[in-house]
Amino acid sequence: MIDYLLDPAHWTGSDSIGTLLVQHLIYTGLSLLVAAVIGVPIGLYVGHTGKGTFFIAGVANALRALPTLGLVILLVIVIAPAFASELAFVIPSLIVLVLLAIPPIMTNTYAGVRAVDAAAVDAAVGMGYRPLKVLFAVQVPCALPLILSGFRGATLQVISTATIAAYVSLGGLGRLIIDGRAQNDYDQMLAGAVLVAALALLVDLGIGLIGRFAVSPGLTRRRIRATAAQPVLATTATA
Amino acid sequence: MNLDWIVRESDSILVLLVWHLGLSVVPVVIGLAMALPLGWVAHRSGAFKSVVLGTTGLLYTVPSLALFVMLPSILGTRILDPLNVVVALTVYTVALLVRTVSDGLDSVPVETVQAAQAMGYRTLQRLVSVELPVAVPVIAAGLRVAVVSNVSVVSIAALIGTQQLGLLFTQGAQLRFLTPIIVGIVLCLVLAVVLDGLVVLLARRLTPWTPRAVHA
Repeated sequence: MIDYLLDPAHWTGSDSIGTLLVQHLIYTGLSLLVAAVIGVPIGLYVGHTGKGTFFIAGVANALRALPTLGLVILLVIVIAPAFASELAFVIPSLIVLVLLAIPPIMTNTYAGVRAVDAAAVDAAVGMGYRPLKVLFAVQVPCALPLILSGFRGATLQVISTATIAAYVSLGGLGRLIIDGRAQNDYDQMLAGAVLVAALALLVDLGIGLIGRFAVSPGLTRRRIRATAAQPVLATTATA
Repeated sequence: MNLDWIVRESDSILVLLVWHLGLSVVPVVIGLAMALPLGWVAHRSGAFKSVVLGTTGLLYTVPSLALFVMLPSILGTRILDPLNVVVALTVYTVALLVRTVSDGLDSVPVETVQAAQAMGYRTLQRLVSVELPVAVPVIAAGLRVAVVSNVSVVSIAALIGTQQLGLLFTQGAQLRFLTPIIVGIVLCLVLAVVLDGLVVLLARRLTPWTPRAVHA
C-alpha cells in the first residue's frame, strides 16, 4: 500500500491521486454549498417561528434509514438518460450528496436556534430589535456551535457517500477503491481507503478549528463553566 | 416494477434479507455490550471521558467503505469475509453508544443515586439495579439511531461483495434494471422501521414505571 502511494506514476496523469483528491474536494464543497443554501434558511425559519417542527424531525429520521448506495444507483438509472456526456453520472450523484447533506444542516440549525436562551431573545426584543435583527444578531451567533456541528455531520456524510458514488462512475478517491476491487488490486483499494479516511479526519479537524475562531468567546466561556460544573455534580453523585 | 422477477427471485432475496438482518443486529448487540462498561468509566471519570469520547469520535469519522477495505489488512481476514462488516459496524456502534451510555448515566438524578447509596447498595449492584434502569430511555434513544443507521450502512458492503440486500443495488446497476433496487430500498426501510420499533418496545418493557398514554 505504501509502495502504491509512493509510486510517482500514481501521482501524474489525468487520473492521478492528486486529481482524484481535488475532484473529491470539489464534489464535497459544491454539495455542501447547495445543501447550506437550502438547509440553513429552512432551519432558521422553523427555529425562529416554531412552525414545521414535525416536518423537520420526520425528514431527518426517514433519510437516516434510506440506504445511500441504493439511492445513488436508483437516481443514476432514472436521471442519467436526461443528460448527455459525463454529466449523466455527476449530476445524479451530486443530487444525492445534497439530499444527504441537507438534514443534518437543517436539523442542527433548527435545534441551535431553538436552544438559544429565551432570556437573551427577550432582552433583544425588549431593546427594540426587529425580528430579523433578533435572528441574525442574537439567535444565529448563539446557535453557531450547533450549526457548525451540523455542518460537520453533513461533511462526513458527503465525503463518505462521494466515495460510494465512485461505483456509478463519479470521480474522486472512491475510484481507487472501486477500480481496485474490479482489478483485484488490494494495494490500490487500501491506498484509496487510507486516503479517504485521512481526508475525512483532516476536514473534520478543520471544521473544529473554524468553530474555535468563529464562535463568540462569550459563548465558549459559558460552555467551559457549564462543563466545569458537571464533574462537581458527578463527584457528589458517586461519593 | 417487474413482479415476475420478485416472485422468481424471492428465495434468494429472503437469504439476502436474513444476512442483512444478522449483519445489522449482531454489531449492535456486541457494541452495546462493549459500550456499557466504557460508557460507565467515561461517566465516572472526567479525564478518561475526554479520552474515550475523543477516540470514539475519531473512529466515527472514518467513512464506512474505507473501513470495510482497511479492516482485512488489520484483522488478517479475506476481503469478502462478513467478519469485516461485523467489526466495522461494531466500531461505529461503540463510538455512538459510549457517549449515549455516559449521557444516560449522567441523566440519573443525584437524589436517586444517593437514596440507593443510603439503602446500602454496593457500586456494581447500584449500577445494575438502579442507574442503568433509570438511564434506559436515553440509552434506547442512542440504540435506535445505531440500529437504523446500521441497516443503511450494511448495504454499502455490497461494493466489496458481502452477502446482503445491498447486492440487489449492484445487481440492478449492472443490469440497468430498477426492480431489484426498489425491492432493496423498500426492504431496508422496512427492516429499519421494524428494528426501530423493537428497540422502542424493549425499552418500554424495561421501564414499566414510565407514564404512557392511557387506553380507554
